[in-house]
Amino acid sequence: METILFLAHTETEGTLAKPALEALGAAKNLNAALPGSTLVAGLLGGNTQPAANQIAACGATKFLAVTGADFAASRYASDAAAAEALCKAAGATIVVAAGTARFNRCLPGVAQRLNGRADTHVSGFSAADGRVAVNRWYYRQRMEGSLTRTQRPWVVLVDPGSQTTWSGAVGTAAIEAVAVTLPDSARRTTVTGHREPAADAQTIRPDAQLLFVAGAGWTKKQADGQTHVPEAAKLILDFLKLTRSSLGSSKSLVDLGGEGQAVLPFMTHLNQIGQTGATPRHPKGLSTCCHGEEPHTVGWRFINERRAISLDANCGWARGKADVLYVADAFQVMAKVNALLAQG
Amino acid sequence: MSTAYQIVVCGSIVPDPLQTLEPVASPTGPALKNDMMLPAWLDPWAGHALYEAANLAKQHAGSKVTLVSLGPKAKLQQVMMTVGQKVPFELVALDGSASGFTEPAETAAALVEAIAALPGLDKSKLLVFGGWESASRGAGVTMQCIAERLGISDVFLGVDELKVQPDGALDILERIEAGKHQISRCAAPPAVLGWATGNLPEPKNNPQVGMVNMRAVMPALQKAKPVKVAADGVTFASVALPKQMRDTRIVKDASPDEIAREIVEWIKK
Repeated sequence: METILFLAHTETEGTLAKPALEALGAAKNLNAALPGSTLVAGLLGGNTQPAANQIAACGATKFLAVTGADFAASRYASDAAAAEALCKAAGATIVVAAGTARFNRCLPGVAQRLNGRADTHVSGFSAADGRVAVNRWYYRQRMEGSLTRTQRPWVVLVDPGSQTTWSGAVGTAAIEAVAVTLPDSARRTTVTGHREPAADAQTIRPDAQLLFVAGAGWTKKQADGQTHVPEAAKLILDFLKLTRSSLGSSKSLVDLGGEGQAVLPFMTHLNQIGQTGATPRHPKGLSTCCHGEEPHTVGWRFINERRAISLDANCGWARGKADVLYVADAFQVMAKVNALLAQG
Repeated sequence: MSTAYQIVVCGSIVPDPLQTLEPVASPTGPALKNDMMLPAWLDPWAGHALYEAANLAKQHAGSKVTLVSLGPKAKLQQVMMTVGQKVPFELVALDGSASGFTEPAETAAALVEAIAALPGLDKSKLLVFGGWESASRGAGVTMQCIAERLGISDVFLGVDELKVQPDGALDILERIEAGKHQISRCAAPPAVLGWATGNLPEPKNNPQVGMVNMRAVMPALQKAKPVKVAADGVTFASVALPKQMRDTRIVKDASPDEIAREIVEWIKK
């Protein structure tokens, strides 16, 4: 019989964010698909009671928590110690957690410590005849595999955006505290802060409804033989401001700077999608001035509805990959789109 | 305070991403069709780790960079011909599978054995670098397994910047969600850093560096120890290419006004 530990870290205010609730949804489904299995909730953070209350109705048989100032910040040594203690206290055979930056960093190490194994970027679960299988992608989203494994504990990190969010009534959960005493060696690192773009310069929004993909074409010479980078930058930023979309870029665009070519000033490596960038999950995606065949198109592998604007009707980025391809000049179209959006 | 670091970079090879990749079943599990024929290159994020390591070593006299690389010997040789011209390093080669379908924990075990056998290994100077994810397995697991096996409790993933402070502390920028970075200060080595893109461009080929590297690289390749890296305990039910063809509606000859109206309606839907 499997003991499924839903493991989550709290946010600053002590609650759980959407990725954690998605992981809980997956853990619940797994629990339902495995007769005789047990679901336990494990929480770590500076303050865990609000999170426990938030998921009080999830059906967990126990709510275990490692709580305290030592566990508020995202630090490998303390996170790993807390997660290890929770796994042991739960007697977990399967650990389901959100693939956040914090857990992607520490939980593979915890699996190693417990002589188990970790699978990251999991995008699907199934269970039949008591056997659990997970789906994940290989070779930068080029091929999808389904696998089972014998090792336990099996730590499964769920890709945010891939699962249905659990929702339920807020209640009052009784927490069983799990004590963890950190050695001095676990305090060698201190989190000193965060660096983020100014609010009006923030272009990466994981929860956005739409991913706007800006391709290298924006910075190339246009029909008049000139580049129009400032105009491109304004059109893109205006669109992002009006729609609160997230911005992705093809690799070639972010690399143009290194090649001494004109670049969009707000574009960084963090915007990069595709082979050596992110593969974000959004309900909709609009690509503009993108070109290329596989593997460049993996950047919008996980976008549900896709539309593209390109001057090339046979563009491999769009044809067969997008639902709609508008053969048009993105400068002209986006100016009109922004004007309509501004009207409300 | 100046420290001479021992920087170990763990990095392997991956197929050139511009190649068509197709999974096939092999006696040992999934594999890539014509795997040995596919041109290879250094795993991109591991490459960034190597360039950052070389840059750090250049700033701290007496530092040394060792590249520990696990892959099929013939392909390693092919890739090292290029990589060896970029930055100075010593190579420790392990002859084994670099497939994306192998287990990171097994890869880590092989790499740690090689790291532990490095002459004069001094943990108080040790920085273990690597890519935060490979372009093959794409798991982001190996570096943490290495840290655990080496008993290193300071691990950073998605690193874009490392700055050494005057007192020897390490200020590290890690990628977190929503385009942000977390800033951490680690008191001193040892530490394990899984690099993202970093800040450095790919170095230009330097024939002089290449000549110096090759004197040691070729013997290192010749004595590459065979290692078995597989995926014990794992059963793949399937590995398949996605069914990605969409029935694309192509809109030609529509005015920008018409297209804009349709796009706005779709966005608001």
